[in-house]
Amino acid sequence: MAARGGAFTFSPRDKGRKKAEVVALDGIALEIRAGEIFGLLGPNGAGKSTTIGILTTRTRPTAGRAFIGELDVWREPVAAKLLIGVVPQRPNLDLALTAREILRFHGAYFRQGARERARRSDELLCKFKLTDRADHNVRGFSGGMMQRLSIARAMMHDPQVLFLDEPSAGLDPQTRLLLWDIVREYNRQGKTIVITTHYMDEADELCDRLAIIDHGRIIAEGSPRELKSSIPGGYLIRLKFDRVPEGLLADFQQLPGVTEVRTAAGAGGIDVYAGSGGLLIGPMVGAAQARGAELHDVHIAEPSLETLFLHHTGRSLRD
Amino acid sequence: MNWRTFYAMLQRDGHVARRNLLPMLLQNLLQPLLLTFVFGRVLTSSGMMKSEYKSILLPGIMAISMMVSGIQAVAMPLIAELQFTREIEDRLLAPMETQWLAVEKIVAGMIQALVSGLVVIPAAWLTMGSGVRISFDHLPVFAAICLLVALLSAAGGLALGSTVGQTQIGLMYTLVVAPMMMFGCAYYPWSALRFAPVLQYAVLINPLVYASEGLRGALMPEVPHISGLAVVGALAAIDAALLVIGLRQFQRKTVG
Repeated sequence: MAARGGAFTFSPRDKGRKKAEVVALDGIALEIRAGEIFGLLGPNGAGKSTTIGILTTRTRPTAGRAFIGELDVWREPVAAKLLIGVVPQRPNLDLALTAREILRFHGAYFRQGARERARRSDELLCKFKLTDRADHNVRGFSGGMMQRLSIARAMMHDPQVLFLDEPSAGLDPQTRLLLWDIVREYNRQGKTIVITTHYMDEADELCDRLAIIDHGRIIAEGSPRELKSSIPGGYLIRLKFDRVPEGLLADFQQLPGVTEVRTAAGAGGIDVYAGSGGLLIGPMVGAAQARGAELHDVHIAEPSLETLFLHHTGRSLRD
Repeated sequence: MNWRTFYAMLQRDGHVARRNLLPMLLQNLLQPLLLTFVFGRVLTSSGMMKSEYKSILLPGIMAISMMVSGIQAVAMPLIAELQFTREIEDRLLAPMETQWLAVEKIVAGMIQALVSGLVVIPAAWLTMGSGVRISFDHLPVFAAICLLVALLSAAGGLALGSTVGQTQIGLMYTLVVAPMMMFGCAYYPWSALRFAPVLQYAVLINPLVYASEGLRGALMPEVPHISGLAVVGALAAIDAALLVIGLRQFQRKTVG
């Protein structure tokens, strides 16, 4: 996992303009500006949660250092904890308390006065549509309600950086949209958001910039638009033949607009990156028939982060 | 060190304990009181045991209920929070050093142990009826031993709670708690084991022996007991060891 050998910094270059960067020194460097929504996109087990764990004092890196602002997370964890709010992947609400008590005690841990705690907890309960269940014990809450309360809790002490680890896993589409709205609104207040996800659309819609992570390494980084435009050709045509005769790859390479042709995983699979999609199918089938191969399956993917991930790893995000 | 955060966490534990007061008291008091009734009332009233036994039993019952309640208050929630619900994460992310959260758990456990111990005295007294002769002449010694026993149970709870797995709770009771109670000199004074010298010295590894003997010495000095100085020394040493083990294990379990 990324805990080994990874060094992360998260340091504002200029306090007034709140410019910050995240650098991972493991042959990899990536930069996050404060005030942006930054996404870590990758399949399960890629190292996203470990990265978050290191930056939030919860996972000690075996080597390297982590900074939040100018604070070394592992030298001054208490000061770092004051700056961050964390929404964990699995709800970890205090099951002995009610929703309102969870928020108020959280505020008390962060040294808020009684009046401020009462005001902020009421505001957040309302914003997250939990007011009518505020005095119920959270044991009886649904998964979505627990997730909403976890996010409210992380915002309770008004942190500068909000970490959300897979926040929309298990949420219904409506709650997901509510979550996105709340994250955007919090971001508009000048806060930095670091979000991990394995949903392409979430990364695409929500993030200003993102890093694609796999096997504990950053494989691509930039804004969603930049990343998508970096895919050769943009379109990915995945073809499946009964067999791949010699010379077929070269034939495809000759077709107009084709930028890259590779054999894909599984017998008879070919991935073609090209500037267009459907127009190429006819010529491809013709070329294959001329060499005696039969097309079994075809799938055209428009330029997306999914095709980007495939391009870099040869695997789908959901594999 | 941030006292406001520490105090807020203590308040949280107090809040939860108050909410569960009745079940908690029943859990901690019912068993000692049943024991008190059978040994201190039934057996003594029927003449099968001398009535002096009542006074020997009471400090032992107090020691047991303090030990059990402290361990229960710290270890049980900790085992669940560290391994299953991860509820403790919220407090681990609060602006305070991780070790102080463990200290807070110990303080909350000590308070619960002290409350249980002090509630048992009048309750057991009432259950046993007349003939209990204990004295509060040595109040400072009694208070010091109470504090050391409370720390013993809470620090023991921390060490067990951050070491034992969820599936091993039953085993913990069978292998640790049950023998500790039987060989803890709670139901008899240490001097009663004189008939078996090997056993008498073997039980000295059991911290409950010092708790029972210490409280017995403070409340009824005329019964032969291990000297107060030895008790205080042993309790302090065991407390310190459990504290070190507990804090280290807690740190190891909480930071991945």
